[in-house]
Amino acid sequence: MFDGWDAVGLARAQFAFTMAFHIVFPAFSIGLASYLAVLEGLWLATGREVFINLFNYWLKIFAVGFGMGVVSGVVISYQLGTNWAAYSDKAGPIVGPLMAYEVLTAFFLESGFLGVMLFGMARVGPKLHFLATLMVAVGTLFSAFWILSANSWMQTPVGYAVNSDGQFVPADWLKIIFNPSFPYRFVHMVLAAYLTTALVVGAVGAFHLSRDSRLAGPRVMFSMAMWMATLVAPIQILAGDQHGLNTLEHQPVKIMGMEGHYQSYQHGAPLYLFGLPDQAAGEVKYAIAVPKLGSLVLEHSLDAPMAGLDTVPRENWPPVPVIFWSFRIMVGLGLLMLGLGLFSLWMRWRGSLYESRLLHLFAMAMGPAGFIAVVAGWFTTEVGRQPFTVYGLLRTADSASPLAAPAVGSSLTAFVIVYFIVYAAGLTYLFRLMAQPPHHGEQGPSHAPVRAAGITPAAGVAEGQSL
Amino acid sequence: MTANVDLATVWAFIIAFAVFVYVVMDGFDLGLGILFPLFPDKTDRDVIMSSVAPVWDGNETWLVLGGGGLMAAFPLAYAILMPALYTPIIAMLIGLVFRGVAFEFRWRATPGKRNLWDIAFAGGSWLAALAQGIALGAILQGVHVEGRHYAGGWWDWLTPFSILTGVALAVGYALLGATWLVMKTEGALRDKAYLLSWSLLFAMLAAIGAVSIVTPFLHVAYAQRWFAWPNIIFTAPVPIAVAGVSVLLLRGLANKHDYQPFFLSLLLFALSYLGLGISMYPYIVPQSITIWQAASPENSQIFMLVGVAVLIPLILGYTSWAYWVFRGKVKAGSGYH
Repeated sequence: MFDGWDAVGLARAQFAFTMAFHIVFPAFSIGLASYLAVLEGLWLATGREVFINLFNYWLKIFAVGFGMGVVSGVVISYQLGTNWAAYSDKAGPIVGPLMAYEVLTAFFLESGFLGVMLFGMARVGPKLHFLATLMVAVGTLFSAFWILSANSWMQTPVGYAVNSDGQFVPADWLKIIFNPSFPYRFVHMVLAAYLTTALVVGAVGAFHLSRDSRLAGPRVMFSMAMWMATLVAPIQILAGDQHGLNTLEHQPVKIMGMEGHYQSYQHGAPLYLFGLPDQAAGEVKYAIAVPKLGSLVLEHSLDAPMAGLDTVPRENWPPVPVIFWSFRIMVGLGLLMLGLGLFSLWMRWRGSLYESRLLHLFAMAMGPAGFIAVVAGWFTTEVGRQPFTVYGLLRTADSASPLAAPAVGSSLTAFVIVYFIVYAAGLTYLFRLMAQPPHHGEQGPSHAPVRAAGITPAAGVAEGQSL
Repeated sequence: MTANVDLATVWAFIIAFAVFVYVVMDGFDLGLGILFPLFPDKTDRDVIMSSVAPVWDGNETWLVLGGGGLMAAFPLAYAILMPALYTPIIAMLIGLVFRGVAFEFRWRATPGKRNLWDIAFAGGSWLAALAQGIALGAILQGVHVEGRHYAGGWWDWLTPFSILTGVALAVGYALLGATWLVMKTEGALRDKAYLLSWSLLFAMLAAIGAVSIVTPFLHVAYAQRWFAWPNIIFTAPVPIAVAGVSVLLLRGLANKHDYQPFFLSLLLFALSYLGLGISMYPYIVPQSITIWQAASPENSQIFMLVGVAVLIPLILGYTSWAYWVFRGKVKAGSGYH
């Protein structure tokens, strides 16, 4: 099997697959850890029971999601060596230390305090427990900092030299860490994580409100989530725009691909709303475009000339059809998030935040939107970096391990099978937890499993209604 | 250049330390999974899981530090060893996926399905332990290197010796798991763990003996390292210490000192690990690449050394605190879950 296949293509497919499955969990964990810290802080500050109920409710969900993030993340850290050995040898002296700092500052912090956060309330008391929650939340942000620094350096490499073995070696660590695209990518990703979590929390809240709009827990979580959508979605759109301008400055070819600009435009480039990019022909077919709007968005001037892929050697073209569409999916979902935020603000102002059936349906439909947008965004930036691993310097084809296609194909098959089993089960358990409303006296993971509440549904419902 | 030599050695010790901490800490977690089929009772299984649920994730993080640190400090070794160990590494990762998710999933599954996650927990632990032991054997026996690349096939790792080290490591992990249970449980469960510890200790000593006898025959350099004069003055105390610790362990088991067997088993691991280090040093890919050849530039190693010097003590501090919070015997029914 896989004998006639291209080993590099298989390795890329494997990385895309394992990474796409992995990225959604950190995105959720970053946002949820911060949300849990806010809930516990509010509980300590106000003493209101609804906050600790919500905390324990989301903590159980966090535990399942975090575990899945950890195991899929360990895979990534070894996959760089197994499938991308040449890259690891060449970029290891720069990317390796950044990832080592991620482990030292973030992974240990998260995993060291996770046990206390999940199971330790009765043993350490509320204040130390809150500290543990804060450490886990801070750890997720540290993690994002380092891994996005490493990723951004691959996009916009600076502060390096090349030694006689062909390795990239560090010349200036500050330049490497704070490379040109890093601040933009970091802000964009953390906001994405917060929005993703807010949309999930909002959807779960909406689901329970649509069944009983008087439930205190769902009311609080829904209101908090909708505030997040209202406030953060516009900031995210602004941050995304700035990130795009940064990309235009440092990786103009990626922007050409995202915009479908195969041709150069002397007097203002169009903005394609729809179209089917044809990589072989070098044109966008069935295009629906607004003339000159592309230049307005990217150069803030209607007539600004814009170079296209016709100025770039073909062997350096990114796969336009992929990023043209992944970019549009991400932007489209971002606009829908903005719409949800504004709609909820209107309903809030009218006093029907907890009763509007339409709003609840909208929020439920948007539950997975953050995950899809995150994956689409990552496809845009990573596929847009092709055909390089270190942008402009190290080609993907020269980065792979010296492995035959059957080895890579077999491991890809194994990962696909294992991930579908594990993720199907994990999603089932997450949905099962979310399908229950938060109860009066909600327990964290440290007591008998939630199933106990399911075994005596009558008691659960009665308690739920008393809230 | 002198500074670089010292740095590479320092980093070799740091990576070795991370891998050792991983081996003993995740070792007892994985050992519990290995022993899981011998504890069919649900209450026992709940207690076993609860005894490591708060700490397993931190334990596994040392594996990420070992791998990430290797890439950062010795990128060439990482780039050669990972493709050479391709199949065992992938198998280990898949084993760890099943083992890791089982911690949460078995509490969330319906009672009928829980058994499946118990199987995933045990099977994943077995797979990960065997794969790690096989990887160790494959490294010791050497890999085919040309230039800066691995130049062998993807089944080169499979030899009788690597199978032996695979089984040996699984046995060792099982001993750590059994003595952990002796320390963390009580009643009939602890008594059963005592019984298992006896047989596992003898199995582990047999495994140490077998690996020690075969290793010098793998390569003449290993034999010289251990038996040539005057090296033998420094190497002879290792097996003598193994014998001494074993006697203490037997006494600990006989006298039912609940805490002794676990810590003495850790010591046994430390001695075996020291033995491996004596065989390998200064090679990081045995007999092909030394730590100096594989070292990343000074600039990379110093940058990380600052972080390690500050953060590792902190990490050890709060990790110890987490263990302290969950100290003592785990009682049935009052588990963390």
